[in-house]
Amino acid sequence: MKTFSSKLFFRALLITNAVGVLIPVLFLFNSSLRDSNEFVTAPFKFASSPKWANFTEVWSNGAFATYLKNSLIVTGFSLVLILFLSTLAGFVLGRYNFRGNSLVYGFVLTGMLIPAKLAIVPLFIELKWLHLLDSHLGLILVYTSGALPAGIFIMTGFFKSLPSDIDNAARIDGASEFQLLRSILTPLVRPGLAIVGIYCAIPIWNDFFLPLVFLQSPEKKTIMQGLTVFFGQYSSQWGILFAGLTMAALPLILLYLILSEQFIKGLTAGAVKG
Amino acid sequence: MAAKGLKREQNKYIFLFLTPALLTIVAFTTIPALTTLSYAFFRWTGFHQEGFAGLDNFRRLFSFPFRDQFLMALRHNTLVFIGIFITQTALGILLAYALYRLKRGQRFFRTVTFLPVIFSLVVVGYMWQSFLDPYFGPINQLLNNLGLDFLAKPWLGSSTTALPTMAFINLWRWVGFPAIIFLSGLNAISTEYLEAARIDGATEGQVFRKIMFPLLAPSMTVISILTFIGAFEWFDIPFVLGGVSGNPAGATDTLALMFYRLAFGTADSGANEIGVGSALGVIIFSIVGIGAAVGSNVMRRREVEQ
Repeated sequence: MKTFSSKLFFRALLITNAVGVLIPVLFLFNSSLRDSNEFVTAPFKFASSPKWANFTEVWSNGAFATYLKNSLIVTGFSLVLILFLSTLAGFVLGRYNFRGNSLVYGFVLTGMLIPAKLAIVPLFIELKWLHLLDSHLGLILVYTSGALPAGIFIMTGFFKSLPSDIDNAARIDGASEFQLLRSILTPLVRPGLAIVGIYCAIPIWNDFFLPLVFLQSPEKKTIMQGLTVFFGQYSSQWGILFAGLTMAALPLILLYLILSEQFIKGLTAGAVKG
Repeated sequence: MAAKGLKREQNKYIFLFLTPALLTIVAFTTIPALTTLSYAFFRWTGFHQEGFAGLDNFRRLFSFPFRDQFLMALRHNTLVFIGIFITQTALGILLAYALYRLKRGQRFFRTVTFLPVIFSLVVVGYMWQSFLDPYFGPINQLLNNLGLDFLAKPWLGSSTTALPTMAFINLWRWVGFPAIIFLSGLNAISTEYLEAARIDGATEGQVFRKIMFPLLAPSMTVISILTFIGAFEWFDIPFVLGGVSGNPAGATDTLALMFYRLAFGTADSGANEIGVGSALGVIIFSIVGIGAAVGSNVMRRREVEQ
């Protein structure tokens, strides 16, 4: 009897939590398809005749599409750089025995402890000096630098876990070190690349602090930074505001629903051992 | 290939493959982090470094008008840490245990529990701000309709409720993270221990308290440290919901917001105080660094080997 009631309690807890998570999200979607007045007068009605005009209004605003494009550029290029550089570094640190290996590895690990926010003023001055302020390239370099320590850490672990016989067999077959990495080892560390990709790409897509500090030109702003502009522009036009929020959030939500296991594994990668 | 030739080729790759990554980290993480420390010891006009200032910036931070702001922000960060540490850890463990015991449908509930973690804080912030709008928001309407008028208030606009409301929004967005970490901690516990205890007649409650909870210590260490760091660098939610001055009337000001104001000025006044701001940065970094180091040392001692 007692286990039955505790079972019931924990099941009720999960259901309550799921409702608490899903209701606000579904409510947001629903309100994005309704008229602004309806949101105020009868917020809890289902959008039976969806008002897609809210979405076309957001899209035809023009700036919104630019923000999305900018976020895709910044996130995409950062991701490519992070994956490429952490594969190269992870390969060397995970598979080669050389003097200084643990020194370099230790240095990379200290990079994981530095909070980027507190180094923001010197970064600002440095980017200004390099003429990279208000540019996507500057932002991409800062994101890459911030994510590389974790990326290298994860990739080194994956390269280390592969048996060393693979290398020797490939070398006997005449493969160069570069061929060994590109054709033989890289396919084997693909799960690691997926984890690094998710671990790095989501915070970059969602970030608004660095764009807030580094980007000034309206045509260069990213989506999360652009949302703050957008909210000032359409103040209390609820239907349009919710359509904008939905459009900013939906790409990630859809990806998450398809790849939830990889997302969970990727985003908790820094906190779980093994 | 001769071993010597291989060694030479490897040396080439060590240099070629490590340099780009290391240069990027040094240029955009290490150098800025080290120079931020030095900035605290110089006088500044705008973004121009003037002369050596000794400890003047720290002295100014601890005198009028910065001292009061600093102490109030520090108090807010501390309160938020205590609040979210208790609620997120407790709810996280309960959810993890509930997921752990679930045989069917675990995947669905795990996906839903973790969903808000992928959301941008800007989206989460604006979503809740709209829901909590004192005049048009559905939450106050709902409370009124339910006859709970006394609960219908400007949650984010009143200085007594604004900070707890933001902490709640933080909880909504983040509790899935500790839940998943604790779940993987529970999954790592060998079932032999649990079976043995059950055979000896232990109830499920006893199994949890006496075996599972102590063995969750490593997850607890990680979550506590991350919560501590997050709470003392809390920026995004108060910035989106309360602006750079921590509205209403500084009731949601935090150390990171104050740091941002000192570094870049506010909307009304572009004047900045890089010296004092960097001194504050050094202090935030010390709080986070020392707190995390001491905390992880103390908590690691609680961890037992399986």
